[in-house]
Amino acid sequence: MSCVQTIQDYGLRALGIGERVLPRADITLCDQFTLIGSGLIWNIYFGTLALIAGFFLATGLALARGSRNVLLRKPSEWFIFVFRGSPLFIQFFVAYQAFVLLPKNGIEIDLIFTQITAESRWLARAAAGALIVLFLNTAAYTAEIFYGALRSIPKGDVEAADAYGMSGWTKFRRVVWPTMLRLAWPAYTNEAIFLFHATTLVFFSGFPAWQQKGDALYYANYFADKTFNPFVPYPIVAGYFILLTLVVIGIFGLVNRQLNRHIPQARPKLRLRPQVTR
Amino acid sequence: MFGYCSDPSALDGLVWLSCYLTSGKHMAFYASFGTVMLLLAITAPAALLFGFGGAVAARSAFWPLRILGKAYSAMVRGIPDIVFFLFVPIALDQAFEWMRHKALCPEWEAPVRQGNDFVVCVEAKLPLSASPQWVHESYGFALAVLAFSIVFGAFAANVFYGAMRTVPRAQLETAQAYGMTERQSFWRVLIPQMWIYALPGLSNLWMILIKATPLLFLLGVEDIVYWARELGGSKTSIYAYPHPDWRLYYFLALLVFYLALTRVSEIALARLTARLSRGQATMAGEALRKAAV
Repeated sequence: MSCVQTIQDYGLRALGIGERVLPRADITLCDQFTLIGSGLIWNIYFGTLALIAGFFLATGLALARGSRNVLLRKPSEWFIFVFRGSPLFIQFFVAYQAFVLLPKNGIEIDLIFTQITAESRWLARAAAGALIVLFLNTAAYTAEIFYGALRSIPKGDVEAADAYGMSGWTKFRRVVWPTMLRLAWPAYTNEAIFLFHATTLVFFSGFPAWQQKGDALYYANYFADKTFNPFVPYPIVAGYFILLTLVVIGIFGLVNRQLNRHIPQARPKLRLRPQVTR
Repeated sequence: MFGYCSDPSALDGLVWLSCYLTSGKHMAFYASFGTVMLLLAITAPAALLFGFGGAVAARSAFWPLRILGKAYSAMVRGIPDIVFFLFVPIALDQAFEWMRHKALCPEWEAPVRQGNDFVVCVEAKLPLSASPQWVHESYGFALAVLAFSIVFGAFAANVFYGAMRTVPRAQLETAQAYGMTERQSFWRVLIPQMWIYALPGLSNLWMILIKATPLLFLLGVEDIVYWARELGGSKTSIYAYPHPDWRLYYFLALLVFYLALTRVSEIALARLTARLSRGQATMAGEALRKAAV
């Protein structure tokens, strides 16, 4: 079987398209590259969607955390503490068990004039359930980063906005929010990188890989078990993830340039601090 | 555990619960919290050592060593840590067995890798198939500890490397002006001052290490996640203590355990930071000095 044939058969196997049976004997290098690469689709799916959705929740949480209103501050502090203080691995398990316990036929929501049945079975599938956990998790980590940035906005900037007669929404949109993003961006880039790494946990926690549709590490683990040779599949995943990390750094670098476009000379390069955030 | 537990089916309510929570299996579950603590206690110093070595190598003037050190500390930024946790134990196991195979069975003709199999002679097996159960278990645990130490050593190497570069240059120049050699200024000036700059990163790392411990489960160690799944699964009436699926509650208990552990660590690390800031040329040190006057 040629490599092109393999790519046609297994290129989209992680989505359930193509050959049903995974290669069992005579596993070639091409098989491994193709299947592990197709698994990467899931990592990108989880990472990208969680990151985008988490960004907005995180902005809200960071503002709530800095708010003077106790009813806003306390819940967001607790949310951040719970999600940052416990392992993601355990969060996956808890979420999965909770989703499984939901009634099988869906939840009946009794409105006065009509009845709605909310389907709950799809929540126990990795594609939705794990995404929700990752979304809440990254929102908590990002909120902490944004909160720190919010507190280090130069006082002068806000005073200048006041002097211009800006207030409320205008001040937030034109001064506070862009400055917060600029300050938070290097740390946020780190968070994005580690979020993509965290997506490899999904199929090793409670969530089962349905019909062997798994992520990159799931297939690598499959090959390592089948061939009993860890020295090929794991370096392949490692290679894919290094590429993914470089792409993430590249995209975040572009956004960083856009954020700092008003600074005339020598745009500040995105300097990633070697500190770990997760 | 208690005398009245001899016939669990006759009990109910809190009495039943007190017997249930002290059954033999639950004792093993509580003991597995010790496994987690043991992992933390061994991995933390080992990772510091690996990290220190990595950072010194990355600063070395000898370029092959420098590249090695830099590659070691950079690898964890590009590759998910779980890949290492899955890869390192099995790779090390095969490496050890292969080396023992070469040393112990020189007359063996067949190749070690036969198709999808990894075959070494019986004497080279690690641990020997005749050895007792606890040897097998501690061998697995040791491999897991090594994997954790390598990964977190790489994180620590990043932190140490940054901290060593943050120590003010003038301090080292002063040391040279006093006639200290490279080695002396390294051990007497750079290292003592490095810690306060490394501490925020190391605190962060400790938190990550705590949160990585449930991954022991993936390495086949009977840790708290393993027992939570075992004990929580629904038990039919052939068991002494039948109950429906309680895994959610077991995992919630683990969640609370980890939250408590991180909270206690946060408080302890804040104290340590205050202690180490004493007499340092940083803002925190300055604040402490002013408060004392």
